[in-house]
Amino acid sequence: MSKILSSLIIIYLILLQGVAVSKTIIVGQHERIKTIKQALETSNDGDVITIKKGFYLENNLVITRQVSLIGIDFPVLSGNKKEGIITVKANNVTIKGIHFTDTGSSFVKDNAAVKLDSVSNCVIKDNKFSNNFFGIYLGKSWQCSISNNIIISSQKTQAYSGNGIHLWYCKDIEIAGNTVDGHRDGIYLEFVKRSIIKDNLSRRNLRYGLHFMFSDSCEYFSNKFEHNSAGVAVMFTHHVKMFNNIFENNWGDASYGLLLKDISNSKIYNNVFRRNTCGIYLEGSNRNAIENNLLERNGWAIRLMANSMDNNFRKNNFLSNSFEVATNSTRNFNTFSNNYWSDYQGYDLNNDGIGEVPHHPVKLFSIIVEKNRPTLLLLRSFFVELLNAAEKIFPVLTPETLVDNSPEMSLIK
Amino acid sequence: MKTLLAIIKFQFHDTLRSKWLAIYTLFFLILSYALLSFTKEPGKVILSLLNINMIVIPLTSLVFGTIYLYSNRDYIILILSQPINRKVLFVGLYLGLSLPMAISFLVGTGIPLLIFIKIFSGESVVLLFLFLGGIFETFIFVSISFLIASLNDNKMKGLGLAIFLWLFFSALYDGLVLIIMQIFMVYPIEVPAIVLTMLSPIDLARLLVILNFDISALLGYTGAVYSQFLGSTTGLILSLLTLCIWVAIPFYLGLRCFNKKDF
Repeated sequence: MSKILSSLIIIYLILLQGVAVSKTIIVGQHERIKTIKQALETSNDGDVITIKKGFYLENNLVITRQVSLIGIDFPVLSGNKKEGIITVKANNVTIKGIHFTDTGSSFVKDNAAVKLDSVSNCVIKDNKFSNNFFGIYLGKSWQCSISNNIIISSQKTQAYSGNGIHLWYCKDIEIAGNTVDGHRDGIYLEFVKRSIIKDNLSRRNLRYGLHFMFSDSCEYFSNKFEHNSAGVAVMFTHHVKMFNNIFENNWGDASYGLLLKDISNSKIYNNVFRRNTCGIYLEGSNRNAIENNLLERNGWAIRLMANSMDNNFRKNNFLSNSFEVATNSTRNFNTFSNNYWSDYQGYDLNNDGIGEVPHHPVKLFSIIVEKNRPTLLLLRSFFVELLNAAEKIFPVLTPETLVDNSPEMSLIK
Repeated sequence: MKTLLAIIKFQFHDTLRSKWLAIYTLFFLILSYALLSFTKEPGKVILSLLNINMIVIPLTSLVFGTIYLYSNRDYIILILSQPINRKVLFVGLYLGLSLPMAISFLVGTGIPLLIFIKIFSGESVVLLFLFLGGIFETFIFVSISFLIASLNDNKMKGLGLAIFLWLFFSALYDGLVLIIMQIFMVYPIEVPAIVLTMLSPIDLARLLVILNFDISALLGYTGAVYSQFLGSTTGLILSLLTLCIWVAIPFYLGLRCFNKKDF
């Protein structure tokens, strides 16, 4: 009995110690502790460092203890255009409510406003980032959460710019509700596993809104990617889920709503592709299910390269795209079924909602344009429509097997 | 000026009274209403209206225009026996036909569009250029038809020429351009392609619409020349200017022929 009692007392004391040790350190221009560096030096595991409103010039801060950095009214932490601002090297760190600005740009170093280096269970939320080289940089970290940050930069050239949110060799990360604007890549992931990327807005980035490679089993949903100069490009990955995303207004010669290169066994559904030069581009991508997407007013709704096989396009809505499908071969090993095509001209006599005449989404003119780009100027002219109609009756140049045998008669809800 | 207004007024009333203009308006009304009630997709409606712009308006303007001058021959001779300037008469006849036709196009397609205006939110610029294109087509092809009718006294010849011109501009010309572009594929043909396209009034009207409608396609996969021309207001201004020239030149030539013509 006394043994149990004494052990209980010991446990109580240990807990008490834990509570007693955790303290709040206040940093402010009128406080005893004036710099964050000083606060970090005096801190222990479990401490909360509260940063009052003000302007702090800080470079290369390193967090080695499990602390929380909480800003009040967005104190400004400036890198003074020299180097990075904070590097986290401890687990369980929270960074919240701080405005990071002006990290230095560099061709050699990945200067980031906040860098997480081989840590877990960190939370970075509700911060503002402006004019940084890299915004948030995670290397070899796991089970962290990056949420509701606003990351804005106005970088000019691709070569001399960094990414908004950059992940390298991470797993089980959640990136949610962030806004990334004007970086090189909005969200960049390489060798990332089992992560969730949701509710983010990525726009006006110099290269891709979202860019990932070798990042299997991740989920991307309810994100919006718009006005990125090269759209979204995802490569060398399998088992990806992308749904409820919006890809909008990505214009340009090499700009894609969504570029899939060597993506396999993935699901892409319920997304909206609107007004992109190219809605979805598939190259070397196999066994993907592309379903229930809305492709509206794109230049090319889908560009399907011949090295893509066994992709299944089902129940998508194709509305007023300049070209519905373009391909570079007369052969096709993908299936299209039950899509709604606004260019469809068939009929439905038995009234089951599915057209009796198969729909050939590849037009002759798209093949001409493929080989001779300037002819695009003749788009929608009467002669071109005549050519398309003639080819439809006697297909010679267009892939005969690229056909939707069960086109829907009305918009799929 | 007074006589000009009087002639326009008379011709205007005369045209408005005629049955075929009512049919023309009704045609637009029924067609656009049917289009809009069949589909709720603004894109589809816009493209169908573009086809009307490119095919129906040139055809009707050319045919009505030539027939109009031929059938008004007695009236013209009568008026010319009065001390009336020939130029004034020509302008009066021209505006007396083209204005009602343009109005009938505007009313015929405009009313159904107004009824269904809700589905066109965000498409107002395309619609504007669609209407602008239609109006320009009317004025251009009426002036071409007046030139044809002033040049030829033979009705059959004039009408045949009008129909041939329609066929040429609406279909054959683009075919020729495509063939030329295919032959000279290996050369930088962007600038000649733009010039060739601008030489046809139907292509110009089409360009006005696709510049707004298919811009996401046009700004991709094409060279810097296209991007510069298509992506800026320069292209727009140049297209509008060329359309004006397309009204002016046939009109001026027609006027000269009419002036010298021995009725």
